[in-house]
Amino acid sequence: MSLNKSTPKYNPDTLDRVATDLLKPVGLSRGFIIWMTFLILALFACLYAYYIQLQEGLGVTGMRDYVSWGMYISNFVFFVAASLVGMLISGILGLIGYKWIVPIGRIAEIIAIAFAAVAGLVIISDMGRPDRLYYLFTHGKIQSPILWDVTVVTTYFTLSFLLYFFTLLPDLAISKNRIGHTPVWLQKAYNILSFNWQHTPEQYKVLFKIIRILLILIIPTAFAIHTVTSWLFAVTLRPGWDSTIFGPYFLSGAFVAGTASVIVAMRFFRKSYNLKKYLTDYHFDMIGKLLFLVSIVYFYFNINEFLVPGFKLKKMDALHLQALFTGHYALLFWSTQILGLILPMILVLFKKMRKSGPLAFISLFVIAGAWLKRYIIVVPTQEHPFLPMQGVPDMWLVYKPTIIETSITLGSFILVLIIISVLSKLFPIIPIWETAMEQDHSNDKPLGE
Amino acid sequence: MEDKEKKGSQSSGKPDNVPETSRRDFMKRFGLYGAATFAGSAAIYSGLKYEKSKGKDEYVKVLTEDNKLVKIPKDQIEDLDPTAKTLSKLGREGIPGKKWIMVVDLAKCKNARNCISACQNAHDLRPHEYHINTLEMQESKNSAPYFMPKTCQHCDNPPCVSVCPVDATYKRQDGIVLIDNERCIGCRFCMAACPYSARIFHWEEPLMAEEDQDKTYDVELNVPQRKGTVTKCLFSSDRLREGKLPYCVSACPNGVYYFGDENEDAVTNGTTKETVRLSQLLRDNGGYRLMPELGTEPRVFYLPPKNRSVDFPEKSILDDHDESHS
Ligand code: SF4
Ligand code: SF4
Repeated sequence: MSLNKSTPKYNPDTLDRVATDLLKPVGLSRGFIIWMTFLILALFACLYAYYIQLQEGLGVTGMRDYVSWGMYISNFVFFVAASLVGMLISGILGLIGYKWIVPIGRIAEIIAIAFAAVAGLVIISDMGRPDRLYYLFTHGKIQSPILWDVTVVTTYFTLSFLLYFFTLLPDLAISKNRIGHTPVWLQKAYNILSFNWQHTPEQYKVLFKIIRILLILIIPTAFAIHTVTSWLFAVTLRPGWDSTIFGPYFLSGAFVAGTASVIVAMRFFRKSYNLKKYLTDYHFDMIGKLLFLVSIVYFYFNINEFLVPGFKLKKMDALHLQALFTGHYALLFWSTQILGLILPMILVLFKKMRKSGPLAFISLFVIAGAWLKRYIIVVPTQEHPFLPMQGVPDMWLVYKPTIIETSITLGSFILVLIIISVLSKLFPIIPIWETAMEQDHSNDKPLGE
Repeated sequence: MEDKEKKGSQSSGKPDNVPETSRRDFMKRFGLYGAATFAGSAAIYSGLKYEKSKGKDEYVKVLTEDNKLVKIPKDQIEDLDPTAKTLSKLGREGIPGKKWIMVVDLAKCKNARNCISACQNAHDLRPHEYHINTLEMQESKNSAPYFMPKTCQHCDNPPCVSVCPVDATYKRQDGIVLIDNERCIGCRFCMAACPYSARIFHWEEPLMAEEDQDKTYDVELNVPQRKGTVTKCLFSSDRLREGKLPYCVSACPNGVYYFGDENEDAVTNGTTKETVRLSQLLRDNGGYRLMPELGTEPRVFYLPPKNRSVDFPEKSILDDHDESHS
């Protein structure tokens, strides 16, 4: 969101053109319905897996007493990480005043909402007694980082949602009479949801104020959610987790995962929603540069996280690092570091690689790397407790995810896709009013080159 | 009991005088008065019963909670059928005036594993579900291996307690760290936080789930065990309440365990029943604790494994350890 304090005066022609373009993909197309049917069917399959887990207990997963946190927690960390991008793009870059984020802001916001919402469900799937969830409120103990996490994730979700909604208001008002090809109920919904928005200067003044407050609030909240999530590990005494830089390390990693997710989404919307004029090469070029920036910061923290303990090689740290560098997890570790971080970082330095296609392709690797990296942070540490692991079946010593927990994890991704699909199909994915405003203001650099 | 009764009658005299300080305050008092009134009427009730049974003077001696020996008419004794609530209340408070402590003499452990089976019997656990486990330890390839029974260390600065989001695992005033299976939400944060791998989780339906179905849940015994929750060594707090030594301690045939009260500076050997001075035992034998550098302040002490048995299986345990990770 750019925060141009002046009341926007739209050139009616520009507004008309922008609105027509951006509203074209809105509505329930055939393709969308097929896609949703597919997603929902798949979701049901995954829900069945969860049903089995509820019946049988967490024993259906690969987790056991030594490795008692597995894929669910890794996935939770990844989701929280990916959701941070809403704050990075709208909050930090928006407040600084960058204009190129105008058409991207809402995409980032949707990603933030979807991942933050589902993160909450992912953590429930990891609970042994989900039926006692409300104990967190009736018996919550404030010293526990879990309580902090619940608080800040909910706050972040709420703030992101409000931010999404408020910036949507003028668009709803603009669109309510224009979407002729959509069902009546959607038009009615627009009408209600736009809360009688009249585009008056007073309304814009209030809106800008609200957005500004939200943006300012969302920055510390976002920092908090991922820092606290990292503390779930850092507050323990275990080698591999017992680190003082986990907060910033996770945070920087989060920006990498989030930026890559936005890039993939941008590429998708550009292609299938026919938005070439709005998500231009310029935007991909800029966000490609952003990807480099966040990656190199993350790279820097990686060096700190591994080089320093690797230099000292304290007994327990050595065991842990050995498993990562040359042992059981070596293949996974080096491929996430090289294919998921270092190589992408170098590639995006080339202008050619910052075109939409290659950039999205690179981003897919970054996302996969980011997910696996969380897994590598969570799991191997638990396979090296201080005291020897003895007297339990061999399969308890090493963690191997089962089909059931993989399906449940997959289900969480499907849910994210459903939320993103619905929001992007029911409402314009690029802010109409801001884009129109931008095009009028910046005659020197038209958005569609 | 008498004290409480007094309080109860006082309170019932002036319920309107409750100052309007704060509502929470009021609620607290209200709860207190309620409990006091309840206790009071219970006392009156038992008094009545006593009146009825006068004349039948067969007495038994009973040790009260605060270690006083008292006489009670025989027909006065009734099976208290404690509700889960009273059990959980007692279980949270602990045994007043005590500071339980355990000393494990590694020189004597021959891996008889009687402690393990006694414990698993008491707590309805499967053979690979350990509240206590005997580990084969070896510091380096050049030193002889030894056996080390490992329980929850009942840390005085317990990381597991700090991280629990719902206060399901808690530290009592008598030094014991307990876990309430009726409260635990199964997040397993405590397992991640415990450096001694002392905690286990019920990944499936507990062993005796069906048999134990109708039992009242006793937080000091963790029975019935509950699926989807964490359990661990409880220092047999149910036995301590009865004035007995823990299950593992009394089951050991080799005299490995000493158990007792730090406040009294005395521990009793579970096998020989010999009571010795705690401080002296530790000083004379070079007692130590596991990983003291972590600052967890364990309440379990170890006496070093002198006279180690060297006739271990051909393979070094360290080899085993390395293998499983390469
Ligand atoms: S040994 Fe582990 S479970 Fe026991 S009190 Fe210490 S930290 Fe908690
Ligand atoms: S698993 Fe249970 S006892 Fe352990 S931290 Fe979670 S709620 Fe507390």
